[in-house]
Amino acid sequence: MCLAIPGKILKIDTDHDLPMAVIDYAGARNEACLAYTPEAQVGDYVIVHAGFALQVLNEDEARASLEELTRLSALMEADAEDDSGSGATP
Amino acid sequence: MKYLAEFRDPKLARALLDEIAGAVTRPWTIMEICGGQTHAIMRHGLDQLLPDGITLVHGPGCPVCVTPLETIDRALAIAARPGVIFTSFGDMLRVPGSRDDLLRIKSHGADVRMVYSPLEAVKLARENPDRQVVFLAVGFETTAPGNAMALKQAAAEGLANFSEITSHVLVPPAMEAILTAPGNRVQGFLAAGHVCAIMGTTQYEPLAARHGVPVVPTGFEPVDILRGILQTVRMLEKGEHGVVNAYGRVVRSEGNPAARAVVDQVYTVCDRKWRGIGMIPRSGLRIRDELAVHDAEKKFAVNGITTAEPTVCIAGKILQGLKKPPECPAFGKECTPLHPLGATMVSSEGACAAYHKYARKGLP
Ligand code: SF4
Repeated sequence: MCLAIPGKILKIDTDHDLPMAVIDYAGARNEACLAYTPEAQVGDYVIVHAGFALQVLNEDEARASLEELTRLSALMEADAEDDSGSGATP
Repeated sequence: MKYLAEFRDPKLARALLDEIAGAVTRPWTIMEICGGQTHAIMRHGLDQLLPDGITLVHGPGCPVCVTPLETIDRALAIAARPGVIFTSFGDMLRVPGSRDDLLRIKSHGADVRMVYSPLEAVKLARENPDRQVVFLAVGFETTAPGNAMALKQAAAEGLANFSEITSHVLVPPAMEAILTAPGNRVQGFLAAGHVCAIMGTTQYEPLAARHGVPVVPTGFEPVDILRGILQTVRMLEKGEHGVVNAYGRVVRSEGNPAARAVVDQVYTVCDRKWRGIGMIPRSGLRIRDELAVHDAEKKFAVNGITTAEPTVCIAGKILQGLKKPPECPAFGKECTPLHPLGATMVSSEGACAAYHKYARKGLP
C-alpha cells in the first residue's frame, strides 16, 4: 500500500486553495496534490502516493547511486574476465 | 520509465548479489518492514537468489493486514446506513469483516466507492451536501499526510458531512515490539522507504542504538532492495549499528516536515490494536478531539462493536518475523487469497498472500 512511484510534473494548478499537478507516469496521467512539496516545479519528478506527492525526487542522488552501481557491476565483469582469462583459477 | 527502469536492471542486481555473497561470512536474519517490499522480493525471487546465509523475514508493514477486524466491522456498519457514501482505497474493499466485506454490501445496495486520493472523498462531500461521506483512513506514516490533509480541507470548507474512520499505525513502536518479543530473531531492518520519506531517518536512531541493530531505509525496486540488504549485511558483519540511508533519491534525513506538521494538526498519537499482534502502546493515530465532528466512529457511535480472530491463524507470529507462512497448518488449505482466514492472507502485500501467489510452498 505504501507503493509510491516517480512521475513527472506536466502542469500545476490550484483547486480549492490546494496546489494540484498533472503527473505523467510514462504515458499514464493522473492528478496529485503538491501541498507537501510546494517547491516542486513543472519538469520535476515527484514520488506520488495515494494522490499526494511525498517528495521531489533528488535527481543528483539518483544519478550518483546509479553511477556507483554501474561501477560495481563493471568491476564484477572485469573480475569475471580476469578469472576466465587466466585459465588457472583454483 | 525514467528513475524506475534503471533500478530494475538485472545487470546491477546481479552485481549486488555477488557483492552480498562476498560480504557474508555468517548467517543473518533481516526483516523488511514493508509489505510492498515483501511483495517485490517474492515477485523477483530475490529470497531465492540471495546466499543461503541470509534469511529474510517479513514485517508488519501492510496496513490492510494490520487493520483490526473490528475496524472493518465498524466500517461495514457505517457503510450500510442509508444516506452514507462510503469511500476507501481499493485494497480495503475486499477485506472481509467477520461476516461481510465492502464489495458485498455494495452489491446489496450500499453506496461504496473506491477513491484513489482522499481528496476525491472531500469532493464527494462538497457535491453531495445532503449525504454523509465517510472515508476509511488506514495506512502508515506514508498515507497519514494525505488523509490528514483531506480532513483539514473538509474542516476549512466547513463540510460537516465529511468524516473519517481512522486506523492509522506507526512503524517504530511496532519495530520496538518485534525486537523485544520473546524469541525475536531479527538482527537488522530494511526500513520502509516511503515511511522514511515523510518521517526522515533520525527517528530510528534511538531504537538502533538501544537494540544494537542496523536500520537501513530502503526503496522498492529490486536494485534498491539488494542495496539495502548489502548495506545491512556490511554493518552486521562489522558489528555496527545505526541508521544508514540506502534510498537517497527519495529519503532525506529530515523527511518531510510540512507533511508531519499537518498530521500533527489533525491526528494525535494513541494506543492501537494491530490485527494479529494485539495492542501496541502509542502505535497509532486518532483524530484530535477538536475535530470530533469529522470522526466517523463518534458520529455514528459504532465503538461498541468488537470481534475475535480465528484461532488457527498465526498471522501475529508471521507479522513479527517469528514464523513463516508455510508453517501455518491452514496455509493454502482452508486459507487462500479467495477465502482468507487471517490478516496476512487478506492483502496482496501480506506475507501469506505473497507466498501463496509466488508458490513459496516449501518449509522455510
Ligand atoms: S495462512 Fe491464513 S490462517 Fe495461516 S497464518 Fe496466514 S493468514 Fe493466518
